[in-house]
Amino acid sequence: MNKVIPTPMKPWQPSALDKLEDLLLIVAAFGVAGASVKFTGLNGKLGFFFSLFFALLILNFGFHYLKRGTAAAKDSLLQVLTVMAIVITCIPIVSIVGTVVSKGYKGLHWGILTKDMALASVNDPIANGGLLHALVGTILMVGGALIISFPIGVLTALYLTEIRGPLARPIKFLVQAMSGVPSIVAGLFILSSLIYPVTKELSGLMGSLALTILMIPTIARTSEEMLHLIPNELREAGVALGGTQWRTVAGVVLPAAKSGLVTAIILGIARIIGETAPLLLVSGGGDALNVNPTQGAMGSLPYYIWKSFLTGGTPEAFARAWGGMLVLLSFIFILFGLARYLSGRKVG
Amino acid sequence: MSIVAPVKVIPEAREITTKPRLSDQVFRIIVTIGGMASLVILGLIALFLSIKGGHILLEEKFGFITGSAWEVITDESGTISQSKFGIGAMLIGTTLSAVIAILVGVPISVLSALYLTFYANGRVKTFLISVIDLMAAFPSLLFGFWGFFVFMSSAEYWAKLINKYFGFIPIFDVPTPIFERSPFIAGLVLAIMIIPIVTSISREIFDQTPLDRVQAAYALGATKLAMINAVVIPYGRGGIVGGAMLGLGRAMGETVAVYTVLNVVYQVNWQVLFGAGGNVASLILLKFGEAGPYEVDALMAAGLILFLLTLMVNAIADVLINRFGGKGK
Amino acid sequence: MTNSHNVGNDDKDETQMTTAHAKPASLSSVASARTQSQPGTALLGTGLETRGVHAWFGKKHVLSDVTLDFAAGTVTALIGPSGCGKSTFLRTLNRMHEFIPTAAMAGEVLLDGKDIYSPGTDVTKIRLRVGMVFQKPNPFPSMTIGENVLSGLKLAQIKRSNTDELLESCLTRAGLWNEVKDRLGEHGGALSGGQQQRLCIARSLAVEPQVLLMDEPCSALDPGSTFRIEETIADLAKTMTIVIVTHNMQQAARVSDYTAFFLSDGGPGEMIEAAPTSRIFSAPQDKRTEDYVTGRFG
Repeated sequence: MNKVIPTPMKPWQPSALDKLEDLLLIVAAFGVAGASVKFTGLNGKLGFFFSLFFALLILNFGFHYLKRGTAAAKDSLLQVLTVMAIVITCIPIVSIVGTVVSKGYKGLHWGILTKDMALASVNDPIANGGLLHALVGTILMVGGALIISFPIGVLTALYLTEIRGPLARPIKFLVQAMSGVPSIVAGLFILSSLIYPVTKELSGLMGSLALTILMIPTIARTSEEMLHLIPNELREAGVALGGTQWRTVAGVVLPAAKSGLVTAIILGIARIIGETAPLLLVSGGGDALNVNPTQGAMGSLPYYIWKSFLTGGTPEAFARAWGGMLVLLSFIFILFGLARYLSGRKVG
Repeated sequence: MSIVAPVKVIPEAREITTKPRLSDQVFRIIVTIGGMASLVILGLIALFLSIKGGHILLEEKFGFITGSAWEVITDESGTISQSKFGIGAMLIGTTLSAVIAILVGVPISVLSALYLTFYANGRVKTFLISVIDLMAAFPSLLFGFWGFFVFMSSAEYWAKLINKYFGFIPIFDVPTPIFERSPFIAGLVLAIMIIPIVTSISREIFDQTPLDRVQAAYALGATKLAMINAVVIPYGRGGIVGGAMLGLGRAMGETVAVYTVLNVVYQVNWQVLFGAGGNVASLILLKFGEAGPYEVDALMAAGLILFLLTLMVNAIADVLINRFGGKGK
Repeated sequence: MTNSHNVGNDDKDETQMTTAHAKPASLSSVASARTQSQPGTALLGTGLETRGVHAWFGKKHVLSDVTLDFAAGTVTALIGPSGCGKSTFLRTLNRMHEFIPTAAMAGEVLLDGKDIYSPGTDVTKIRLRVGMVFQKPNPFPSMTIGENVLSGLKLAQIKRSNTDELLESCLTRAGLWNEVKDRLGEHGGALSGGQQQRLCIARSLAVEPQVLLMDEPCSALDPGSTFRIEETIADLAKTMTIVIVTHNMQQAARVSDYTAFFLSDGGPGEMIEAAPTSRIFSAPQDKRTEDYVTGRFG
């Protein structure tokens, strides 16, 4: 028996005619907006945007009211509003990335990776000096923070997922609360607890400790989410085979969550790599390369950017600052891409 | 009839106990200690800030919160002859800029989250979600300088418009026409900073809306708007408020972005369009550079107040999100 | 003491069961009498017809070529084993099928002779005319009982003046009025499962649909509640066309005028046979139908 199977269709999706109507509405709204900027008191990009917004709302409402009545017209208003909201959300992102790239490339040259600012001032020509010291400082401080926060974050996550002790709920809240600690408070804490009473000196290590406070919650929460994704059967299998809980966690659960934990590390780094306020307080900012975390002020990318913006004033200083920002932003993009790639794969 | 019914003896439930092996006991102890870290750290923060700043609070009493003077007068030998510390002006500034951020940022975030949950699909949705998550990871330094160099000029233009048409309302009035670096512009930059956070929390909550209720509404002939009104908003309301509180906490504790965008001046300024003001965090950064030991203690006290304030806001947010947001899990 | 209490309980259950079983003969005779006496009044419309309906989820072809007429004012039961596409078919009838993102379909569904999938059709208006009751009772928890019943009016933005009357008539037709008339201000979640399901039926009645689709409405309920809902269905069929998906063949026999049997042999589900209910159960034409209704599989 030869049955003809028709092609699957989605008659509920907007037809070409619907799409054309929507397009015409948008074009008309642009027209109205353009006309109102030209012939009325409104002016500039903002005036255009406002009249576009209201033109879209009114045209959509009117069109759908005539076509399908009040309920549909109101419904179309919500759609216009949500689309507008997402456009407004995206405009700053595009603008920020665009600004950093277009202004930042001027501040880059090959020397930035080999020179520091010990002998150069921010107002010197770009080719003098570089951000080696800042890069090294950031890597050292972030690395230090990672070494401390990773075990603490993962232990917290293990407490929440494996032990599930009586304090799990309050701990969960405290981790959440910790992620809300203002970064400047983290700096003040290190100042009051260590720098004033003990070391009496700003150093990279202090910077690491301040960053640790900001990093632990990110690592703990991400690891917890990742450990939750590990199926319970794996744990039960481990215990049923006579393994202790310790062996099950160390031998089965953590290896299975490996890429998840790497994601937690990456997101933790992305969270702190651009932190500025606490570093201004506790690590100071040297202009020369300093590889000893326990002694002396240590530079960092955020400090490099901060100093170039605030103390310079010349085009060279701004170019340096935007250049530093471009380097920082590239790090964040790379980290974020890595995290996406890892968490996109199956956990385990 | 007189047969005595046999008395059934119900045994006590046996206790099932396993004595964990030594390695497990050690493991549990270590993990528990690690798990307590957040408690310990938060406790230490409160403790050390109190040790350093507590005496200032004791001296100034409520004046530290309500007062609006920040003066240190030294005599010729450099010893402090008179001092007055009150962060009232900066608390007002903190509240103003954070409230502007919430008023502007939350509606945009909720609408964006509605778009992502109920309108976008396929690749567009995945792409937009990644972009917004990425934006949440942008450092505040970046928002600050972008706000100062790029955003300021258009925001200033809006401020002038608002002043022109709504200037009769006291908070939109200005003493002198200086519109640059105002709390209004700082609030807008903070709004842009919290939009990604509030959007992703709202989106997660909308995603949990029980499907059967959504279907019930559609089956009754609801449009998307009517369905969202009847099902999604009642379900997600608490979670959205919680997300907004989380954004509020972020906005209140922000240092660098406010310091860069706002003209930090120690004065009470209710006029949001006028270019002067500050918040507690930016005050700390501003005064820290030239502060003597005694003034540093006052800054520690200010930090303690800020810490407790954000802790409180976060606690409320947590309660709201967990009570109202997790129902679908 | 405990013993006698248990016995009493068992007794009660049994009486309910027996009444439920004793009902079918009378019910179906009423139904067929009704069908003959009232052929499609104006309110009923001219019924619902499908022409060669196919359905897909992504690449998977789940329903193939169903052509079936639902005459106005009749009750049609869709029966068949799990995964035979009967629920999917039901959901194509009021366009709830497209709710699933990967869904696709082909064919036509005619309501009063007009294709509900034709371009430019307002889907919300279709769902107002073709109501639906789901497997799991799903009242809106944020609304009171009264608000739940009238929620359809609010959702579809229909203005009515005599809402109190409407409220009472819907709840009465759903067989719930006497149980809830004094507690209309309570929240829907306070009701039992069976009451919640009747509340959902009352809710779909408020917008006055001409067709009511029921997707295994009793599968989550106890026998007593099932019996009440079957009574309600018999009552409702006087004024509307009802299509009910059920796993329970006795239920199909009790409540329906017509029965359609669906089956999937691993490929897409197909409609094997559709006929008056009495014939499906007494003299099925297809061997597979006979095997199913006599309980040889499924």
